[in-house]
Amino acid sequence: MGSLVGVLFDGFAYGMLLFLLSVGLSVTLGMMNFVNLAHCSFAMVGGYVTVSLMNSFGWPFFATLPMAFLAAAAASVLLERTLYRRLYRASDLDQCLFTIGIVFISVAAAAYFFGTVQQSASMPSYLRGSVELMGVNFALYRAFLIGISLLITIILIASLEYTRFGAQVRAAVDNQRMARGLGIDVDRSFMITFALGGGLAGLGGALAVEIIGLDHAFAFTYLVYVLIVVAVGGLGSIGGSFAAAMVLGISDMAGKYYFPWLGAFLIYLVMVGLLMWRPAGLFGKR
Amino acid sequence: MASASQYFAAQVRWRWLEIAFWLCALLPFVVTPTYLSLASQIAITALFALSLDLILGYAGIVSLGHAAYFGVGAYTAGIFSKFVWGEPLTGLFLSAVVAGIVGYATSHIIVRFRHLALIMLTLGLGLLLHEAANSAHWLTGGADGLQGVKIRPIFEQFRFDLYGRTAYAYSLAVLFVCFLASRRIIHSPFGLALRGIRENALRMPAIGAPSRAHLRKIYTISAVLAGIAGALLAQSTETVSLEVLSFGRSADVLVILILGGAGRLYGGILGAVIYMVARDQFSGITPAYWYFWIGLLLVAVVMFLPNGILGGLAKFFQRRT
Repeated sequence: MGSLVGVLFDGFAYGMLLFLLSVGLSVTLGMMNFVNLAHCSFAMVGGYVTVSLMNSFGWPFFATLPMAFLAAAAASVLLERTLYRRLYRASDLDQCLFTIGIVFISVAAAAYFFGTVQQSASMPSYLRGSVELMGVNFALYRAFLIGISLLITIILIASLEYTRFGAQVRAAVDNQRMARGLGIDVDRSFMITFALGGGLAGLGGALAVEIIGLDHAFAFTYLVYVLIVVAVGGLGSIGGSFAAAMVLGISDMAGKYYFPWLGAFLIYLVMVGLLMWRPAGLFGKR
Repeated sequence: MASASQYFAAQVRWRWLEIAFWLCALLPFVVTPTYLSLASQIAITALFALSLDLILGYAGIVSLGHAAYFGVGAYTAGIFSKFVWGEPLTGLFLSAVVAGIVGYATSHIIVRFRHLALIMLTLGLGLLLHEAANSAHWLTGGADGLQGVKIRPIFEQFRFDLYGRTAYAYSLAVLFVCFLASRRIIHSPFGLALRGIRENALRMPAIGAPSRAHLRKIYTISAVLAGIAGALLAQSTETVSLEVLSFGRSADVLVILILGGAGRLYGGILGAVIYMVARDQFSGITPAYWYFWIGLLLVAVVMFLPNGILGGLAKFFQRRT
């Protein structure tokens, strides 16, 4: 019983991380139908910013998190303005290939600047260790991760539901042409959404260093997980991404704990099954 | 106004450039005899790219997991020679059959989806197979690779030598036969129907073409060719590693095909020659940096050469004449 609670807790924390990494991609994909496979490269930017600020400049962990967000957001806006916008009307295949090219470049650049070793950063003492509650150990860092992700999720949903900008984004996701017709500046709201999504991925990458590590191949390794979350959750649906990330995180943890010989087989099976059942994702409309 | 049969006859006719190309494929035997094992690798990769071209270039099915069939072929050939019989041609035939069966089974899933769901499903099926081969350690050797593959000489005559003479002759012959078959398929009414589906997936059923049956058929054929390519690799290197099923291999073959030009039969072959020779030349640099150039190449091709090198050349010559 105790182990089950522990697995659920760890899986929940892992799912939260996946949610942060993928929510931006889900919304931008739903909005512009742009298949951005390089989304995890933004997460990598965030992770490396945190690691280098902490290790080379001695910044405290919390101070680096906003910088990770800003750096990743800046990188994504730069890429969107200069390159991506030329490809909005291109085919799925072209978009896939182009962004895979960006992933290759970012992976090689990371290997060039930081080497191919696993990066690490020592967390502040108050986030280390664990508390015991009713016979189950809860790692403090994971609890912190869950807290901060839940906070971000609430802010995100609230701002999408109750602000003017959120309404414009929702309109653009539902029907881009109609939204343009009503005078909404879709390009502008897309740019802002893209920056937010990239920034959240960067934050996710920074928070991930402690749990899943960071090396030059990060953009590739976690691309598959992020795509699973987006495809299963349904495009443009924050709630869907959240649910899918939880399912994925918990089933991956449970699979590793209870059926270690299966490896990642279980989650791929879950993904293929879910996609065959609902091709547009659990909460997708199209 | 030419009739339909005249149109097909004109399509099938061999051009001088094509004949010259295949004669050039014989050159490595005399010009670069020390590079024959590389040449056989190129022929195998070219066959794999050709198989992807059939579904991607002609039928418009985007696949990020085509290595699944390559791997099935490679493992079938390897396991067959290890446990049953080392005769290469039977192994090759069996690999084609097994890959075809797997391809036919999955084609029922594949043809129902398009766009993102299709890309994700091909990716997912590829990863699934990779994990399955990784877990089935007793059969495939898992991450250590399949050891103890022994291939007998072809026709009990031609031993697989260290220089790759037999390997290249064997791979080239198989590539040529498969190419002839693909060329015939593409220039048939069936091939024309496939291009119709690629251009407009809704209109083809509307004019009475059984789209899904066509797509299932070409997907199975493509899986057979990919399986043959995998079997060639297993037989000529006498080992099978888990890498044959990896996502990296699926991505590489996609890059090769796009670089050469999809939907042009020769695109995959040209892409394979350029890619493999470049990788051989730059093998000194770390693989991580090699991918920097591949990435740059991909970005450049999508931006400036939407139809690959062959497409660019065709446009260039059209403009001049």
